Amino acid sequence: MKVTVKIWRQKDSRSKGSFQTYPVDNISEEMSFFEMLDMLNESLVKQGEKPVAFDHDCREGICGTCGMFINGRAHGPISGITTCQLHMRRFNDGDTIVVEPWRAKAFPVIQDLVVDRTSFDRIMLSGGYISINSGGAPDANAIPISKISADIAMDGASCIGCGACVATCKNSSAMLFVSAKVSQFAVLPQGQVERKERVQNMVTSMDEEGFGNCTNTYACEAECPKEISVAHIARMNREFLKANLSG
Amino acid sequence: MKLESKIPKGPLSEKWTSHKFNMKLVNPANKRKYKVLVVGTGLAGASAASTLAELGYQVEAFSYHESPRRAHSIAAQGGINAAKNYPGDGDSIYRLFYDTIKGGDYRSREANVYRLAEVSNNIIDQCVAQGIPFARDYGGLLDNRSFGGAQVSRTFYARGQTGQQLLLGAYSSLIRQMNTGKVKFHPRTELQDIVMIDGEAKGIIIRDLVTGEISSHAGDAVVLATGGYGNVFFLSTNAMASNGSAAYRAYKKGALFANPCFTQIHPTCIPVASGFQSKLTLMSESLRNDGRIWVPKKKGDNRAPLDIPEDERDYYLERLYPAFGNLVPRDVASRRAKEMCDKGHGVGSTKLAVYLDFADVIQRNGKNWVADKYGNLFDMYEEITGENPYKTPMRIFPAVHYTMGGLWVDYNLMSNLPGLYVLGEANFSDHGANRLGASALMQGLADGYFILPYTIADYLARTKAGKVNTSLPEFGKSENAVKENIRKLLSVNGKQTVDEIHKKLGQIMWEKVGMARNKADLENAIVEIPKLRKEFWADVRVPGSEDTMNTELEKAGRLADFLDMAELMARDALMRNESCGGHFREEFQTEENEAMRNDDEFTFVAAWEHTGDDSPPQMHKEDLVFENVQLTTRSYK
Ligand SMILES: Cc1cc2nc3c(=O)[nH]c(=O)nc-3n(C[C@H](O)[C@H](O)[C@H](O)COP(=O)(O)OP(=O)(O)OC[C@H]3O[C@@H](n4cnc5c(N)ncnc54)[C@H](O)[C@@H]3O)c2cc1C
Ligand code: SF4
Ligand code: FES
Repeated sequence: MKVTVKIWRQKDSRSKGSFQTYPVDNISEEMSFFEMLDMLNESLVKQGEKPVAFDHDCREGICGTCGMFINGRAHGPISGITTCQLHMRRFNDGDTIVVEPWRAKAFPVIQDLVVDRTSFDRIMLSGGYISINSGGAPDANAIPISKISADIAMDGASCIGCGACVATCKNSSAMLFVSAKVSQFAVLPQGQVERKERVQNMVTSMDEEGFGNCTNTYACEAECPKEISVAHIARMNREFLKANLSG
Repeated sequence: MKLESKIPKGPLSEKWTSHKFNMKLVNPANKRKYKVLVVGTGLAGASAASTLAELGYQVEAFSYHESPRRAHSIAAQGGINAAKNYPGDGDSIYRLFYDTIKGGDYRSREANVYRLAEVSNNIIDQCVAQGIPFARDYGGLLDNRSFGGAQVSRTFYARGQTGQQLLLGAYSSLIRQMNTGKVKFHPRTELQDIVMIDGEAKGIIIRDLVTGEISSHAGDAVVLATGGYGNVFFLSTNAMASNGSAAYRAYKKGALFANPCFTQIHPTCIPVASGFQSKLTLMSESLRNDGRIWVPKKKGDNRAPLDIPEDERDYYLERLYPAFGNLVPRDVASRRAKEMCDKGHGVGSTKLAVYLDFADVIQRNGKNWVADKYGNLFDMYEEITGENPYKTPMRIFPAVHYTMGGLWVDYNLMSNLPGLYVLGEANFSDHGANRLGASALMQGLADGYFILPYTIADYLARTKAGKVNTSLPEFGKSENAVKENIRKLLSVNGKQTVDEIHKKLGQIMWEKVGMARNKADLENAIVEIPKLRKEFWADVRVPGSEDTMNTELEKAGRLADFLDMAELMARDALMRNESCGGHFREEFQTEENEAMRNDDEFTFVAAWEHTGDDSPPQMHKEDLVFENVQLTTRSYK
């Protein structure tokens, strides 16, 4: 297989970027999309050029490090997977593939396709935890938790913090990401004590970081590699309303 | 050098309790005067950093990742062990201890392993309190499953994402402390060197991976929780950036490296498909609970798996090990898979694979039941291979997965360098020559939440807080050496890429220091590796400069260290004239091809000391003393 990749290159956060076009030949179907990029980078290095910087680590869809726009879609053409899980058999010989970084005010570009998502950490810092010190926890089976609640909590907890939801949203809203965490703790007995402050603090922090408002387009759900449901957003809205009503 | 393991006296079950009582404490009002530098924020580092901060210490934490939540720990799928005995199937602290010692082929310390089993239950309590959604049954209680090397169900799990959930738990504790300002986290920073002041570890040099800036940081103690070095093989199940540099640079500063050759090859990974393969993907060991491993009885059988009738299949693990069947420990399962392929029974286009078949369980319990338990793994498999494992058996092959070796530490998790502590996969401590499944997560969190926070006080209480600062000449000297090393890498300007050379190293390691080793191959590796190292320094090409993000430069620095470590691994493997756990020397096997230990001569930890760049390392022995278990030949029949 042979493809042409049109990739966003940007020296650093202060520079202006632009698209560069490169042909990549001798691709096999079993290769992952990143292995195709590795191949491109190998040839760039050999020519003494700087390789395309992109974030990746686990290459199996769990660390949330990777993420890019491929042909206008977050994480590429296949739903329910991360960029690193995408394989070349999903493309055709002769395709031109356009590759861009996440674009959002809260995710500034560091270099090429690498963006800074520490704004996510700062939202988490404002309330994405249960206040418990090490040691002194009660026996794990002391409070039974219904399988249904545990499963809902796990659905929310599956978020990998990749940022596709933000990047794909026309408002750059982080609602899906934040609601997944709020939901996880809202349905668990352990999360009850800080329930009210958590949702208030995390929503405030999300606004301060420059993420936009949610206008219910559901683009986030469609592009989330972990298929996190917008039902979490609805739950968070209820949580937020309840917290504010009770003062 | 005399190695002091500092194992407390007294009966096994009381050692840790009495040790905690006997250690010195830091007065609560003084804790905030001490600063601890924690390098690495995976399970071990994040749990340690947050707990130290909860206790009142000042903590600075460093990671080359953008966020602690991205550490390699996140990829663990299967689960975490604990001796809760919730299913009531006869588990106990002693049994978990015994299984772990035996699984490690009697090459670990009794006292450490017992302590690990002892605190395992606290870990589960802690994690549930943090809101980790472990799997539950319909009664609302926690569910368990079985892993290799155990006949009880003691593994707690969260779908196929246990590592993710545990890491997010530790991350939540850590950010909570970041929120209070007790932990300062430095994202995208990579440790370059450890700074020793008057023989004690008191600081580190780091490189900011975004700006390229080199800076010094001083503290009262340094904790390394930097993970394992499996990527020395190039292809492994580890994340792409996982590396051994932190441990290796500590080794060059005088820390001892223990059992470097003890590597774990995991039996169930997706086989290599192309020459451009960048990493290997694990299929969780939990699949062996319900999947059955087989190969065709006929050599070179090219029929599709579904066309091979039942009586022409060899379920070789069930045949060879009726008691444990498909759940034998990893080293045994891996070696047998290799043996089947070597004998010509391999399957798939490369013939380097065996089948892992779910047809029976799908028929017994239905597709939904299987999807509920393993759905995400099946999807992952299909996305990578293009084959549907509900319909056709998975193809699997062993791959490098974990390193039991690591920096030598005493019972307090302190290396031989005072003030330098090592946690998690980066140390050598608890798994002997083979780690049992679901025990690494347990060890990382035990080290971080429940052990180091106590033992570090014993050291800090004997030192004066804030003794050093970065204006001392040792810091400047170290910074200069780091900069010089970077300049050297950038100036070679050769013809080969970092990955090209790394692949060559991987090839040598896999063939000669891999799943089965022998004297001739190892001796050859000890010649080949230094040659390749020379080639690297003469011919590598690292474009770009040092003052921006430069991913090739990062990779080059890590490979330079791997090229050194590889030789150490080969030397260690050559020295160890026995087979034990993951270290299989072809010369030392029974008639039934089982590993043959040599307890009389090798019941020790090999701890290697760096003696200089041009002189061979020197080995020191820590004899392992077994007072509670009897050394027997492992049998899983
Ligand atoms: C695919 C896979 C599945 C697994 N499944 C299981 C399982 O089911 N059960 C189980 O018990 N174990 C499992 N393991 C093993 C287990 O996940 C690891 O051994 C364990 O998570 C290691 O944790 P750690 O905290 O020691 O290191 P890591 O999680 O690797 O963290 C290392 C940290 O150190 C940082 N770091 C490293 N070097 C530097 C440096 N030079 N400068 C700055 N920072 C640095 C990194 O940024 C990171 O924060 C699995 C492993 C793999 C590969
Ligand atoms: S909600 Fe989905 S898209 Fe958004 S960060 Fe989490 S995993 Fe990524
Ligand atoms: S690299 Fe980890 S999710 Fe893609």
